[in-house]
Amino acid sequence: MSAGLLYALAGAALFAFGVAGLILRSHPLRKILAFNVMGSGAFLVLVGLGQRDGTADPVPQAMVLTGIVVSIAATALALALARRQREHGNDKEERDA
Amino acid sequence: MLDPLPWLILLPLFWATLAFVRGPGRGGRLAVAGLLLQLALAGGLARQVAGEGERVYAVGGWGAPLGIDLAVDGLSAVMLLLAQAVALPLAVYARAYYAAHEEGARYFWPLAGALLAAMNALFLAADVFNLYVTLELLGLAAVGLVAASGGAGPVTAALRYLMATLLGSGAYLLGVALLYGAYGSVSLSILAPLLGADAPLAVFLAAALMLLGLMLKTALFPFHFWLPPAHGGAPAPVSALLSALVVKASFYLILRLWLDLFAPLATVAAAQLLGLLGAAAILWGSLMALAQTRLKMLVAYSTVAQIGYLFLLFPLATDTGSVASASAIQGGVMQALSHGLAKAAMFAAAGTVILSLGRDDIARLGGVSSRLPLTLFTFALAGVTLMGLPPSGGFTAKWLLMSSAMHSGQWGWVVVMILGGLLAAAYVFKVLRQAFLPVEAGTQFKPVPRLLEWPAFLLALASLLLGLRAGEVLGLLGAG
Repeated sequence: MSAGLLYALAGAALFAFGVAGLILRSHPLRKILAFNVMGSGAFLVLVGLGQRDGTADPVPQAMVLTGIVVSIAATALALALARRQREHGNDKEERDA
Repeated sequence: MLDPLPWLILLPLFWATLAFVRGPGRGGRLAVAGLLLQLALAGGLARQVAGEGERVYAVGGWGAPLGIDLAVDGLSAVMLLLAQAVALPLAVYARAYYAAHEEGARYFWPLAGALLAAMNALFLAADVFNLYVTLELLGLAAVGLVAASGGAGPVTAALRYLMATLLGSGAYLLGVALLYGAYGSVSLSILAPLLGADAPLAVFLAAALMLLGLMLKTALFPFHFWLPPAHGGAPAPVSALLSALVVKASFYLILRLWLDLFAPLATVAAAQLLGLLGAAAILWGSLMALAQTRLKMLVAYSTVAQIGYLFLLFPLATDTGSVASASAIQGGVMQALSHGLAKAAMFAAAGTVILSLGRDDIARLGGVSSRLPLTLFTFALAGVTLMGLPPSGGFTAKWLLMSSAMHSGQWGWVVVMILGGLLAAAYVFKVLRQAFLPVEAGTQFKPVPRLLEWPAFLLALASLLLGLRAGEVLGLLGAG
């Protein structure tokens, strides 16, 4: 088995863990972490399968860089929303108390 | 003369950035001006495509494979025209809406601009990775818009929407990775012949992942769980943008992949499954709409139902012969266009009612007919399209889909469409019946500006008149 395929299989496993976490976990922070695991899995597949005859192909590397930027933006938005949701939850608890 | 291909993406980014720099709530007038220009560009582009066929533009002079190509054909020209034609009246509406109701106005214009730039880029993208980036940008802007009004309900809905949309694009990205691994390219035009020649198992997996991710983003039953709270809870201009355009963008992508890229892999069983999910969406969405007690939730569930019609085109267009398949594709696209216009009008009308009455219980709409006649007329006209009555665009769409079903002998879909039309009539009349009751004692109608009522009316009128101009639209669709 080539190193590239090994990376790709590891990536597929990470992707599956991430999807499971995203669906099964209810806490927003865990969901956000799961999304990042899922994204890293997809990037690993992209880089792993992108190797031709043992040499690295620059195109998937560039795509993964773009993908990382996108997923950082998504993570930031998700964290901001989760925090906002928590603040609303606290307000409600105070009102109830 | 500006070249429409790059400028349709740059212009909204330009006014979005300026609106952000000018500060919270500012920049509406600039957005309207920018959208006017965009509509003119999209119209010019449509004429160009109708005359000369499809064309490709290399961004910055750097073409594929190292640079990025933009491409336009009949389908993308039609979708671009829809996006600008819906967004322009909605921008005029949004200015009046946020002048009367400041909540949620802070970042509306920058986010709306980013949303349109991402959507136009999606319609013009020529490779599957670029499509992923635009899809993700579109989702992030849409989530931002849902969260903008800031209450506990919208923030929870936005977070749920974000998780659904991220899961969808994650699956899509894994599909892209598998495609690249198999063929070493992401360009749609390079991939299509390679797929036709030889498709290893990984490519079937890629197709399944990409389609599943996009179905989640399009809110096809049973993946519709995130849509009603997100679309029903957002401010009216946002609901209108999301329901009319954003779900159509991921549907466009499914259609493009199914017709261009995965055509050699498409099986009748997969197409029938998509059709069955569409049929379930029509029935379930309509029944849920009928059961709602709040006006905007009713309209949001009606979106779930109307999305179902879009997916009926797949069983009708796969392995059914050229006549049935051409008419099915035309019907599906027509449905996307007429629902886009009608649903924008309907959400805008619902927003006007809520602004004037200060509540959105369907049971307490009495007096709307006498105090807001134009808005109620708008709602009813949009309803005509959703029911599929002539001469509306919805009628043309359903007629094309039904004639395709009869041509290929798949009568079951005809029954579903007729049932869906009847249920649509039931939920539209549920609203109209209440609106014609006399004014409840103690109810105050706040006067609403004309700029709130007329843009919605124009959208509804356009959805109706679309049926009369269907020939031209379908001609453009067929032009490459």
